[in-house]
Amino acid sequence: MRVLAAMSGGVDSAVAAALAVDAGHDVTGVHLALSPDRQTLRSGARGCCSVEDAHDARRVADELGIPFYVWDMADRFREDVVDDFVAEYAAGRTPNPCLRCNEKIKFSAVLDRARALGFDAVVTGHHARLADGELRRSVDAGKDQSYVLGVLTPEQLASAMFPLGGMTKDRVREIAAERGFAVATKADSHDICFIPDGDTRGFLTRKLGSRPGPLVDAATGATVGEHDGTYGFTVGQRRGLGVSVGDQQPRYVLGIEPVTRTVTIGTADLAGVDQISTAAPTWTAEAPALPFRAQVQLRAHGAPVGCEVTGGDDGGLLIGLDEVQRGVAAGQSAVLYEPDAERGDRVVGQAAIRTSARRQGTVRR
Amino acid sequence: MTHPQPVYLDHAATTPVLPEVLAAMTEQLGRVGNASSLHASGRSARRAAEQARERLAEALGARPSEVLFTGGGTESDNLAVKGLFWARRQADPRRRRIVVSPAEHHAVLDSVEWLATHEGAEVTWLRVEPSGRVTPQALAEALGDGSDVAVASVMWANNEIGTVSDIAELAATAHDVGVPLHTDAVQAVGQVLVDFGATGVDALTMTGHKLGGPMGAGALLLRRDAECTPLLHGGGQERDVRSGTLDVAAIVGLGVATVATVQGRVERAAALADLRDRLVTGVMEQVPDAQLNGAPLDDVVRSGPGRLPGNAHLSFPGAEGDALLMLLDAKGIECSTGSACSAGVARPSHVLLAVGAEADRARSSLRFSLGHTSTEADVDALLGVIAPVVERARRAGMGRR
Repeated sequence: MRVLAAMSGGVDSAVAAALAVDAGHDVTGVHLALSPDRQTLRSGARGCCSVEDAHDARRVADELGIPFYVWDMADRFREDVVDDFVAEYAAGRTPNPCLRCNEKIKFSAVLDRARALGFDAVVTGHHARLADGELRRSVDAGKDQSYVLGVLTPEQLASAMFPLGGMTKDRVREIAAERGFAVATKADSHDICFIPDGDTRGFLTRKLGSRPGPLVDAATGATVGEHDGTYGFTVGQRRGLGVSVGDQQPRYVLGIEPVTRTVTIGTADLAGVDQISTAAPTWTAEAPALPFRAQVQLRAHGAPVGCEVTGGDDGGLLIGLDEVQRGVAAGQSAVLYEPDAERGDRVVGQAAIRTSARRQGTVRR
Repeated sequence: MTHPQPVYLDHAATTPVLPEVLAAMTEQLGRVGNASSLHASGRSARRAAEQARERLAEALGARPSEVLFTGGGTESDNLAVKGLFWARRQADPRRRRIVVSPAEHHAVLDSVEWLATHEGAEVTWLRVEPSGRVTPQALAEALGDGSDVAVASVMWANNEIGTVSDIAELAATAHDVGVPLHTDAVQAVGQVLVDFGATGVDALTMTGHKLGGPMGAGALLLRRDAECTPLLHGGGQERDVRSGTLDVAAIVGLGVATVATVQGRVERAAALADLRDRLVTGVMEQVPDAQLNGAPLDDVVRSGPGRLPGNAHLSFPGAEGDALLMLLDAKGIECSTGSACSAGVARPSHVLLAVGAEADRARSSLRFSLGHTSTEADVDALLGVIAPVVERARRAGMGRR
């Protein structure tokens, strides 16, 4: 097959490209330039957008003897990922930009262009298993990235290759070292690539300006403090609230109301939810019949929890959780899995969380 | 996927080393000797370098003392633009203005912009004809009475679209108001008649690897009366304007390449122009809405070609240059888009933007450049694939925002 390898300059995509070459595919490497003002050198362990990262990717491609190009996707990335990220925060939600990038950039804009240019598939270094059209968790539970791929459709998955899902990250680094790739010991990237200093609140403040509002204690309804913008908060957040209520009990963010800019905080017993309503779902295969039992993961690196999935309002889902969960933030994806200890949990689909609630004995609709 | 024997249509980027250059350099590389040393080995190295200087000077209508060996075109451009600016401003602090074409190579443009940012230079951008040519009228208007101008710079032939300007006329225009003119002749040497002395320019950039010489070796031809402040300080090897141990083997190679290329110019230029016309005509037949950028194929300047004989620069509306390049590369055909930044991100050509092209047209262009190894088979290989490649690139371009 003619395969396009998306090469970030990191060790994972380098090994994924190498494995695609080994498998006999006709591979071309592409590095995505996602930022219009690229830094020359990496700053810290974040991102894949510096010229140095492009150089690292090119070095690997040259060693593999495959063509290599840089594709400028900065405009698309800004519109579909960065602007969406800012807008979601402004609306009081907590977006996942990596998931959005997979949905809109890597497996949409890039895949479409690759197909038009005559490629059959896009190979990436994501840690997830993909066989027979079934997307499953990586064997390396600590590095599993199936959550941020949960948004892919059957058509997208049909043109995707994830050769790393069957191995651990340690094995990936071993393969890179065996092949003499300089990126074998390159640090993993963390956080959000377009916020290289890791200061999300500072980034949003620059984008959105100061939008002060009250911090309200849920138990008393009293205003217990002020904040500079609701975008500085995520549901479930405990640190950095900047208030002292006086009873020594930790407070959590319970809710964010963007119009009145009210951030509601409360004690742990108020922070749990066990019912989630979502926007319209996407499915990785044929849509399952509702209702069904599944496991749901509510944020990247979150622990899965058993659930019952039924139809909700406006084409969305209603997900009843077996156990109460804290930190369920609107805007995050609820990714549904079909447990499978042997072959890896299968990703069924996902839907963006809209609201969450605590059932009082019976299910409320 | 890489073609076993690529069809090389990128001679303006670099061209294969001539066999006689390889032989001369190999011989010289086997010898010891610093051309600045006083003993026999040093004298021998010095002799080889000076012979190269004399031959290069003769081939380009310069005196040997006007040849300063440098590390290549970029260094020569930097030295000329910054060195002339500094020296002229030193002599008269009112001279802070630089008059330059926006279609110059980045070695000139970025030097000028550096001077503007760090040295208080003021930049006057020259009006450029849609063909890419700078006219004497445009230069005269920009210079005014010239009293506040430190230096003017206009390239002899454009590296992207191949347009030749009348450098002799431009030099005369600059001299009318007492301003020195630098010209980047990196692409012109060997393709059109370049006579430094007859043209009257004050400084001329040339480099070896566009002529079948080695990379990393070039020259600045600098008139004896031109004051130029050094960039590189040290041993003062090159007229105290450029320091650094002479790379004798590279200089020997540069000399051999320049002499050979200039001597064979008339014959080769005619052959290249025929091939180039065949390429452009053929592409136009295959892709009827393709557009030729730069001067017409039969354009004439000062009784010589108005367009480099080896240059074909075409836009393919609706297709993106980087997609075209990739698809051609996959078929073993090597060409280039406009300028690439250090990260390899394709940007719309600043040259096409400077001559007034729309960004889409600038983004959809490819440069095919022919050289001493080019054949009809090379051109035919391109013509055999260009139509489906453009068709495919157009499909890939749809849906992009």
